[in-house]
Amino acid sequence: MDALRYIIKRILLMIPILFGISVLTFFISNTIPGDPARLAAGPHADAKIIEELQEKMGLNDPLYVQYGRYMKNLVQGDLGTSNYSHQPVMEDIKQYFPATLELTLFSMFITILIGIPLGVISASKKDKLADQFARVMALIGVAMPAFWLGIIFLLFFYLQLGILPGSGRLDTGLAPPESITGMYTIDALLTGNWAVFNSAIIHLILPGITQAAVTIGMITRMTRSSMLEVLNSDYIRTAFAKGGSQNRVLYGHALRNGMMPILTLLGMTFGHSLGGSVLVESVFSWPGLGRYAVNAITYLDFPAVMAVTILIAVLFITVNLLIDILYQVVDPRLNYD
Amino acid sequence: MVRRVFLSPLTMLGLFIVVMIVILAIFAPWIAPNDPLQVNLGQKLLPPSSEHLFGTDEVGRDILSRIIFGTRISLKIGFLVVIIAFPIGTILGAIAGYAGGAVDQVIMRITDIFLSFPGIILSMSIAAALGPSIENVLLALAVTWWPWYTRIVRSSVLSIKNSEFVESARALGASPIRILIKEIIPNTIGPASIQASLDLGFVILSAAGLSFIGLGAQPPSPEWGAMLSSSREILRDAWWSATFPGIAILLTVLGFNLLGDGLRDLLDPKNR
Repeated sequence: MDALRYIIKRILLMIPILFGISVLTFFISNTIPGDPARLAAGPHADAKIIEELQEKMGLNDPLYVQYGRYMKNLVQGDLGTSNYSHQPVMEDIKQYFPATLELTLFSMFITILIGIPLGVISASKKDKLADQFARVMALIGVAMPAFWLGIIFLLFFYLQLGILPGSGRLDTGLAPPESITGMYTIDALLTGNWAVFNSAIIHLILPGITQAAVTIGMITRMTRSSMLEVLNSDYIRTAFAKGGSQNRVLYGHALRNGMMPILTLLGMTFGHSLGGSVLVESVFSWPGLGRYAVNAITYLDFPAVMAVTILIAVLFITVNLLIDILYQVVDPRLNYD
Repeated sequence: MVRRVFLSPLTMLGLFIVVMIVILAIFAPWIAPNDPLQVNLGQKLLPPSSEHLFGTDEVGRDILSRIIFGTRISLKIGFLVVIIAFPIGTILGAIAGYAGGAVDQVIMRITDIFLSFPGIILSMSIAAALGPSIENVLLALAVTWWPWYTRIVRSSVLSIKNSEFVESARALGASPIRILIKEIIPNTIGPASIQASLDLGFVILSAAGLSFIGLGAQPPSPEWGAMLSSSREILRDAWWSATFPGIAILLTVLGFNLLGDGLRDLLDPKNR
């Protein structure tokens, strides 16, 4: 019961944050130097057309009226019209979002697969060679410009060796699978389309690893310090004394208890990956939200940039909320205040 | 304390990298072999050689010289962002922690809103709104960064605001503003300034990223992110044009991170 009350309270607390996000993005939209109407009309429009557009876009209304309209549209899922594609931004986003989600989930998967064991090994062999190696890798990973690593991967695996594809989500000539989730790997699995599945996975490898390189460093560091704390506790010594095998004690006892801080960091990592998509998707021509936003910047398509910003922020706080709830629910020691 | 710095090889490495970068930035015109903006179409896309250690780019500019001059841009952005964001964050955090109540609530909810965006996304949209230029990227990053300092300073203030020296200043009749400036801020600035030194690397990394997507430095500026961006066009013919600017970013960020980590260990009693 307490857990349920906590969950409801946390969801209610999201409302002021969402409100704040809308105020902040509205404020940013209104700082555009230069006239949105002029931008929408294009560089060669004459004064009369711009004036009409200003009136039509409601730019002559008082600020609070404009905000009210902005908010109303947001709530209805209307994120404005793209100045470039001339269709509702929401339509564009529906098209690009699954690609970003697929890439983000894939890179999180790699992060967990590599980062957590690396952190555990690092902690269990504290100050030994393996630990030093893992720590240096983590330090380099955190300092790594992902967009550069992506270019180097392209150079090596695509241009030099030619063993991995360098752009897009599928081989040319392959039709995307029937859209169920919009994520090609999952849709291909669901429809049993193996050729597409293979191609989709192979296309995910380079951008996925590029994206993960940074987050692996973060997770490794966190896992290491969290494990070090746990490994010093009595019950771990007891488990070892009772003759528990190294792996069983490390993964069965210690990691389970050291998991909490790692879980929180995974939420932040998710946000980091979403943010990083702006850079990584540009490098690999990955047709997702990040690349859409970067193209929008190039074409001065401001409604599109703001829509991506809002969407990513909302996604980020939602994931963190879910993790917080999970955190509270799985750890009965925590109280719900 | 000083000896501990010398004992940690990683901290020393960080210090060494940072000092080298600062020297390169200050003495760039004397160290760089060529003019970073000098176009020379007869020398374009030359691979690394004794004449051009890092090769030349698509219009024959010497990449080594551009990287050396690039240190100036990156350091300028890193330091200025922290110099703008740090006092704003510190003052707001001190006020929130000391005043408590409604003031605290308002300030902290505002910081929550800023922190609910992944950093690069918020800076991207602000820089996009202001228009592409180094100054706007600087401003956008500062707007994104201050809430971190607010959080850190607020929690330090909460831990000392009822301590005896603050109590006695209050008993002596000092005004809240005087207490904030004379007692609270000087005693809370330590942890926040370590955070600031750790942030320098990440600010530089973010600025390079924003320039990479076309928001920051504009060509022909020898900014590392912008150099990487234009290297993509010639990747097939000139691996060196992409390789070296990236290494410059990596080393710079690594240097500041190692130094910041070392400083934190040094000043944080828990790690002693």
